[in-house]
Amino acid sequence: MNLREAAPILQADNISLRFGGVRALTEVSLSVSPGEIFSIIGPNGAGKTSFVNCVSGRYSPTSGRILFEGQDITRMRTNRRAAAGIGRTFQNLALFGHMTVLENIMVGRHHLLKRNFLAGMAWWGAGAEAEELRHREEVEKIIDFLEIQHVRKAIAGQLPYGLRKRVELARAMALQPRLILLDEPMAGMNLEEKEDMARYILDLNEEWGMTVLMIEHDMGVVMDISHRVAVLDFGRCIATGTPEVVMANEHVKRAYLGEVDEAVAEPAA
Amino acid sequence: MDWNLLLPLLLNGFIVGALYGVVAMSFVLIYKASQVVNFAQGEFLLVGAWVCWYFLTEWQLPFWAGFLFTMVFMTLFGIILQVVVLRPLIGEPVISVIMATIGLGIFFQALMKWIFGVFARPFPPIFAAERVDLLGLQVQPVYLLSLAISVVIMGAFAWFFTASKHGLAMRATAFDQQVAQSLGISVPKVFAMSWAISALVSSVAGVVVGVVNGVSSALSFYGIKVFPAVILGGLDSVVGAVLGGIIVGVLENLAQYVDAEWLHIGNLYAIAPFYALILILLIKPYGLFGTKNIERV
Repeated sequence: MNLREAAPILQADNISLRFGGVRALTEVSLSVSPGEIFSIIGPNGAGKTSFVNCVSGRYSPTSGRILFEGQDITRMRTNRRAAAGIGRTFQNLALFGHMTVLENIMVGRHHLLKRNFLAGMAWWGAGAEAEELRHREEVEKIIDFLEIQHVRKAIAGQLPYGLRKRVELARAMALQPRLILLDEPMAGMNLEEKEDMARYILDLNEEWGMTVLMIEHDMGVVMDISHRVAVLDFGRCIATGTPEVVMANEHVKRAYLGEVDEAVAEPAA
Repeated sequence: MDWNLLLPLLLNGFIVGALYGVVAMSFVLIYKASQVVNFAQGEFLLVGAWVCWYFLTEWQLPFWAGFLFTMVFMTLFGIILQVVVLRPLIGEPVISVIMATIGLGIFFQALMKWIFGVFARPFPPIFAAERVDLLGLQVQPVYLLSLAISVVIMGAFAWFFTASKHGLAMRATAFDQQVAQSLGISVPKVFAMSWAISALVSSVAGVVVGVVNGVSSALSFYGIKVFPAVILGGLDSVVGAVLGGIIVGVLENLAQYVDAEWLHIGNLYAIAPFYALILILLIKPYGLFGTKNIERV
């Protein structure tokens, strides 16, 4: 499988993001091919989450453009991007705490529920029941896949951390996105939970056919499961390539060892 | 104890309380979706009642048609209000939006007086029977209609929030707008919907009260009565709003009874809910079902 030959599913051209005087991102260009697991790594504050937020629509880049499946989405509204096929999870868990696990996942299907308001009110209208069943089937498939059957009816906010992370992944999967953005899917997990999560990510990539753009700090996991890796440091992309290539890169070593790298760091920032 | 006085008062309290509950629900709906305390809720009742009155008396429509038209009108009214006045305020501090609702309240209060005058106008008679017999009590049929409508609206709310796509979207938006957006939910649409439903439901209550008491600007006082109800129930709880409404309604009538039997102050019923409001705020500031905001320092 040669991933780089296909047209990119996500292409970021010279993305810059500024908050007043703070430069969160400086001319970052990346392209993710369909079917890839693409990881972004970098020290804290390197701009990883800012980049993902630009893709998901939470932030609007100061300059540059973002293409998703060839379509310019730079100024597209967040909810439209979700409907267009970009799902995401959040670094700090963002489940709807008072809702059940099932309800959380059903929210993820919002844009797929065709049933309009009045037909929905009437319940029997426009094959509502058949539609509901079909959606429930899809949701159950995701629930089975992530092995959260036993907490289906539980209130999301009361679950232990590792399970909540899985429910959040389930909710993002329920959108049936073609590109899924995972912001630190393994943060705060123990070894066993990390292994499980790594397996889920591999499976959702291979079996469910979702392209994965992931931010993760655990180098072991990143190097094991990613097809390609990009390294951000001080808001700039300093290296892109297969895990082996990136690991061998001099800039990367310096960024991670904390040495001042003249080619990268802002002069007298 | 004078049971012949107390029982009808309690029944009256329950029916009026259910109506408070309905208004309180539509108040909570806006608060839940957008954290806005809507001081123009009472004016929604007022506008709805006047519009329906206009359809029935000026256009001579039958009640069901006038009622239906009013509901359509008020839905559009809510959407337009949200789009024109409140949508530009998205992202502004909530207090600015709340001030805007106070302005809206004053505006519609004055507009209704300007168009329809300052005197109370009765609705044309809707039911042939003046009173019907319910378990030995004489009740106005419109009260029964009111109770039925309240129950239907409450059922519809329960269904809407737990089983419908848009209800779920609304709960998600109430929890976290950013996250809701990233799941494909259009937040401006959810806000417009919450205002539309709120205006619609309030106007139904407005029409019912108007049929009983006639339409006048006093109707908007219901918007104030809602405060003890929602504070008691918890600002963000729909179930709490219903119970709070019923409790306030019964409380009012109990106060009426106590007043008539023993105290002879006069008009105690009008202020009793507000004494209750103060007590609730002292004892249980988040209400019976409200979300407790836990602040960690």
